[in-house]
Amino acid sequence: MASLTMYPEDERLSGGNRAAFNLYIVTAVILFVLMMLVGLTMRMTQARWLDVPPDLFYELLSMHGAGMVGTMSLATTAVMWFFLRKYVHLHLWAFLANYVLFLLGALCIIVSIFVYGYGALWTFLYPLPVHGVGMWTADSSALFMLGYLLIGVGSLLFYLDAAAAIIKVHGNLGRALGLQWLFGGKIDPDHPKAVVASTMVIIANSLGILAGAVVLVMSLVNIFYPQVVLNALVAKNLIYWFGHMYINATIYMGVIAIYELLPRYTGKPYPISRPFLWSWAVSTVFVVVVFPHHLLMDFAQPRWLAIMGQIVSWGAGFPVFLVTAYGALTNIYRSNIRWTMPSRLMILSMFGWAAGIVPAILDGTIRINSVMHNTQWVPGHFHFYILLGVLAMALSLMFHEIGSRAHAAPDSRADRLGFPVYLIGGLIFVFGFLDGGRVSVPRRMAEHLQAWTFSDRIGSIGAILVVLAMLYFAIRITVGLLKPPSPSWAPEPVPGPIPEPVPSPLVSPAPSPGVVGVGTTNAAG
Amino acid sequence: MILQNAVWTIALVGIGLVALGFVHVIIQAGKPADEDATRKSTHTAHILQAWLFVVLFVGFVAGSWATLRHFPIPPQHGALDAQQVVDVVGRQWSWQMKPDTVKAGSVVEFRVTSDDVNHGFAIYAPDGLIVTQTQAMPGYTNKLLHTFKEPGTYTVQCLEYCGLGHAPMTTTLKVVAARGE
Repeated sequence: MASLTMYPEDERLSGGNRAAFNLYIVTAVILFVLMMLVGLTMRMTQARWLDVPPDLFYELLSMHGAGMVGTMSLATTAVMWFFLRKYVHLHLWAFLANYVLFLLGALCIIVSIFVYGYGALWTFLYPLPVHGVGMWTADSSALFMLGYLLIGVGSLLFYLDAAAAIIKVHGNLGRALGLQWLFGGKIDPDHPKAVVASTMVIIANSLGILAGAVVLVMSLVNIFYPQVVLNALVAKNLIYWFGHMYINATIYMGVIAIYELLPRYTGKPYPISRPFLWSWAVSTVFVVVVFPHHLLMDFAQPRWLAIMGQIVSWGAGFPVFLVTAYGALTNIYRSNIRWTMPSRLMILSMFGWAAGIVPAILDGTIRINSVMHNTQWVPGHFHFYILLGVLAMALSLMFHEIGSRAHAAPDSRADRLGFPVYLIGGLIFVFGFLDGGRVSVPRRMAEHLQAWTFSDRIGSIGAILVVLAMLYFAIRITVGLLKPPSPSWAPEPVPGPIPEPVPSPLVSPAPSPGVVGVGTTNAAG
Repeated sequence: MILQNAVWTIALVGIGLVALGFVHVIIQAGKPADEDATRKSTHTAHILQAWLFVVLFVGFVAGSWATLRHFPIPPQHGALDAQQVVDVVGRQWSWQMKPDTVKAGSVVEFRVTSDDVNHGFAIYAPDGLIVTQTQAMPGYTNKLLHTFKEPGTYTVQCLEYCGLGHAPMTTTLKVVAARGE
């Protein structure tokens, strides 16, 4: 069970761990701001408020897609590492290797786009990378794909290290997922939710990355040996298996922050349960097999795959609504929660995920997909649960962590202003996209008709607010993280009035200022 | 009701219900509960969760049955016996469509493929809304059936990003009234 102590000793960052965490987070928040500025530029171009030529627009679109997915993965990998290291022994070298490979991969991607003009988007949909028709060359596509391979290898290294560490403690990945308790038996109340979620991510995202590696290598072979022709449908399946999985893994890594931090702010235990284990077991399967919903308009696809795409898309709502969001709301209900930046961001993230899945499920319906596919409905729903869901999850840990290095909880006047700007801007931004989908505005298009610009302009206004808020968050987090840990600040006692019904070794009173409580460790952390 | 408007309404209602749930909990979050109230609210939460499961499950089964009972994608192997057939080829960055005129009121079979990269074959009604679409993929022919209810000039727009000329990759499809109308 997650600790109720605000800053448990086994989470304290020091030495190399602190440097590595700071590198991840500072890099991520800077990249978020830059990628948001790229996104804003595109929205304002569609709104006809800026005049960006189509070739540059599609380069920016390629950068925004690859950059945001990669950065979201970087930030949420830091979330997973931050909590998982308490329960199993993770090697710092693997965490750092992932970071270095990410930077090298990002460099390849940036050079391929802005030096060599790559513009086949983050999806590198075969055979577009070799059909640049003067805008980009096959060599630039190869460099872009090399960048992906480097980033994928980094992720796999981190997952392999985490998998080995988890197996060392729990015996195998099935036991780490808690499969032994699905049909009965007494669930170990100390089994960490962070381990369950991390195990799911390791299994599902490793498979997705391997699918990506296969199609990347196949595409590279095609680039250098054009006589080797690929099957476009197989390539598309592999690309969306990889792409869908990679971005969805960020949700499942990010949500660890909610499981770990929410009970500290509500003061209420957030125990593991059988429905929780069921939801993660089911999600492990669902998230691997749901990708065919990206190919519902590829009629050559076997019918059973299309049906599976719809059924699983709908079914994916059950774990989110019934367990994660509902569980979080139950934990918050009448808790006298401490409203500071981390808790605000946590509840926002739950809302963004749960609400964003509504338009996503609708789009996963074959009949609806026939009028919504590749319209702005699609960026509408994924920005909903990425911007207002996953990013808010990662930000909640960042703000929580800077709280440990300050003399007060992160709840300044500027924080209280920045949060609603982010929330309102984010809602305006995503509803601009959804409204565009309603009136059939295409996505991924540099030139928009005058009739389409209303939703573009609404979206642009929302995007400006989001960028302003994120710029403030980035500065606040960077400055906060660079401060040394404060030994003198003892966090206020958690205000939740509910006494622990059963004494737990995980919940200890603060023994001394700055060294507050003892979290749980199942292994050397 | 136009499908897009129905989808928009369902989305707004769904998102609104989620938002209401969150607003209710946020309002209640500031009212601390004693042990007795906590026990009661935990019990209520379990009952509500069970009901939510039932509602979602019924919606899941009924919705799946309603939307998949008549499978929206026509069989891709074998003849479809449509009265009108249009062969469509997409290439960077134009459409070849033979014929480019069809009649309203009877089913049209579009046989859609691509000469180079993936394209999206989307048909926009004169009012600017998509009426149907499929992908144009090299090496495959996707068969799309559609019956136009209203005559008019429809626009074909590429909906799968295909390079620099993606946005202007359009053509028109003329739908004329059936004889005698």
